[in-house]
Amino acid sequence: MTTTLDIRTPEGVEFSLPLAGPASRAAAVAIDFGVVLAVTWGLSTLSVLVTLVSPEWAAALPALIFFLVHTLYSMVLEGVWRGQTVGKRALGLRVVDARGLTLQPGQVVVRNLLRLVDILPAFYAVGGVAVTCTRHCQRLGDLAAGTVVVRRTTVREPRLDAVLAGPHNSFRAHPLVEARLRQRTSPELAAVALSALLRRDALEPSARLRVFGALAGHFRELAPFPAEATAGLSDEQYLRNVVESVYRRRAGHDRVGGR
Amino acid sequence: MGKRVILDLDPFIRRERPYWEELERALARLVERERLGGVDEARRFYYLYERAAADLAKVRTFAAEPELRAYLEGLVAQAYARLHQRGRSGVRWRPLHWLTREFPAAFRRHLGAFWLALGLTLLGAALGAFVLAQDPSNKWLLIPAQFGHLEQTPTERVRAEEEAAAERAVVIAGGAPSFSTMLMTHNTKVALTAMALGFLGGVFTCVILFYNGVILGFVAFDYINDGQGQFLAAWLLPHGVPELTAIFIGGQAGLVLARAVIGHGNGQPLRQRLRLVRNDLATLAGGLAVMLVFAGLIEAFLSQHHGPHLYALKIAFGLMELVLLIVFFSLMGRRPAHDRDHP
Repeated sequence: MTTTLDIRTPEGVEFSLPLAGPASRAAAVAIDFGVVLAVTWGLSTLSVLVTLVSPEWAAALPALIFFLVHTLYSMVLEGVWRGQTVGKRALGLRVVDARGLTLQPGQVVVRNLLRLVDILPAFYAVGGVAVTCTRHCQRLGDLAAGTVVVRRTTVREPRLDAVLAGPHNSFRAHPLVEARLRQRTSPELAAVALSALLRRDALEPSARLRVFGALAGHFRELAPFPAEATAGLSDEQYLRNVVESVYRRRAGHDRVGGR
Repeated sequence: MGKRVILDLDPFIRRERPYWEELERALARLVERERLGGVDEARRFYYLYERAAADLAKVRTFAAEPELRAYLEGLVAQAYARLHQRGRSGVRWRPLHWLTREFPAAFRRHLGAFWLALGLTLLGAALGAFVLAQDPSNKWLLIPAQFGHLEQTPTERVRAEEEAAAERAVVIAGGAPSFSTMLMTHNTKVALTAMALGFLGGVFTCVILFYNGVILGFVAFDYINDGQGQFLAAWLLPHGVPELTAIFIGGQAGLVLARAVIGHGNGQPLRQRLRLVRNDLATLAGGLAVMLVFAGLIEAFLSQHHGPHLYALKIAFGLMELVLLIVFFSLMGRRPAHDRDHP
């Protein structure tokens, strides 16, 4: 089981979509079932009005309404809302084509019809096992329809200003060491350092100290700065200086750097 | 080994952001109106997609910044899906065309599976009749709980139905909507389940068809053996023709799905095999649902009205349905010869 759906287009473009896990999908199903019950109850209540016209039809309507709402709810909403139901929308999930293409009506119908097997023998047991066992977290309906359920990520540009050292970076006085630091820092390592700073407030204080200490220690060994540049710097401040030196080139160097 | 470099993120974002925002706006417009405005707009859209894709490649290679990468991946994924949009999204769905053209055409494409579903049912029917012929007391083993009325002998039931015809007509008419609803929902579930179970290799689909046949054969033999063949035909034909055909189509769809899953004699990968049958499965499922709604209405409002004066009419109605169904599935949705020659 992987956490992303990796797609490589015919033009050679590669991108990944984060896959929804079993827990979030189960939660979406629970919300949707609640919606189905609520809609059925609402419409059945209204069907009392039909008693005035035909008591026989009024008696028959609740069962018919439940069947129609239960059967068509996901099909109609996923068709109209491009792969989303109320539950999926609430949890930021979406059904998409497994090749990254637009979802087709036939796919929506087939994945929802196969729900009849996924729910067997009870509480989505077959579908749940399939989601946990398949590579892209697909239930049988997804496999038949060629679909996956992805998470909608909250996307925003990185807030560099909030975490970088700014104009008071003491490393700027040592351009040669800065260049060496950039040269020796891989993109992955730089991303780890930036992520640690961006997620600073989410870390427990003791964990934060350990993470920043380990990263700062690694960068100290990677490209040692003179003592006057590092005097009095905490591990966190050291890391801010490093990230600023790595990510933000000085004005007039607006290009991809290399070694 | 190639050298790794780091992208200067801040100016990169400042320079590219206007293009990303323009692509976002174009995608939002596409959600509203489905199609691009013209050639110039399409060209611009493609340019923006290529630019965002190139930016994503840079970020993946040179920056590894997770949030920016996720943002660009989402943007490129949406644009890619739009550019490679398949099928007829944006073209209005025509229910009548779908029902009268696409449904019978899909049916004919998988005719072999239909015959197999019919054959399995007939095999079950033969077994049901054979078991009852061997020992009439087997009837009590074969009657499912929901068919309690079959506990009478056919002659007893027919007499009771005919004697109380007028009164029963009133009772049936009063309960017709509930009865019709129960039949529609039950039969739709059975047919769609037979289809869905095809994904598990078709074994359970075959079991459903065969068991359905056993009950049918047992009931038919019971009535015919008791000299009530005419009553049986008048009772079953009007709703049974569309209902049984719909259940066979459910079995047909299940067997088509099973064949795609098993892939016997087919070198294509599973995904491709499923992709090839997907639209036909959806069409067959929709078509059988329509047939079962029709059958439910007929069963509730016509089949349950009994009386010797109605038998000939009901049998004629059922036979007419059968002829119309044969014509429908044989002829509707065929492409004219010149279309087939020049696809």
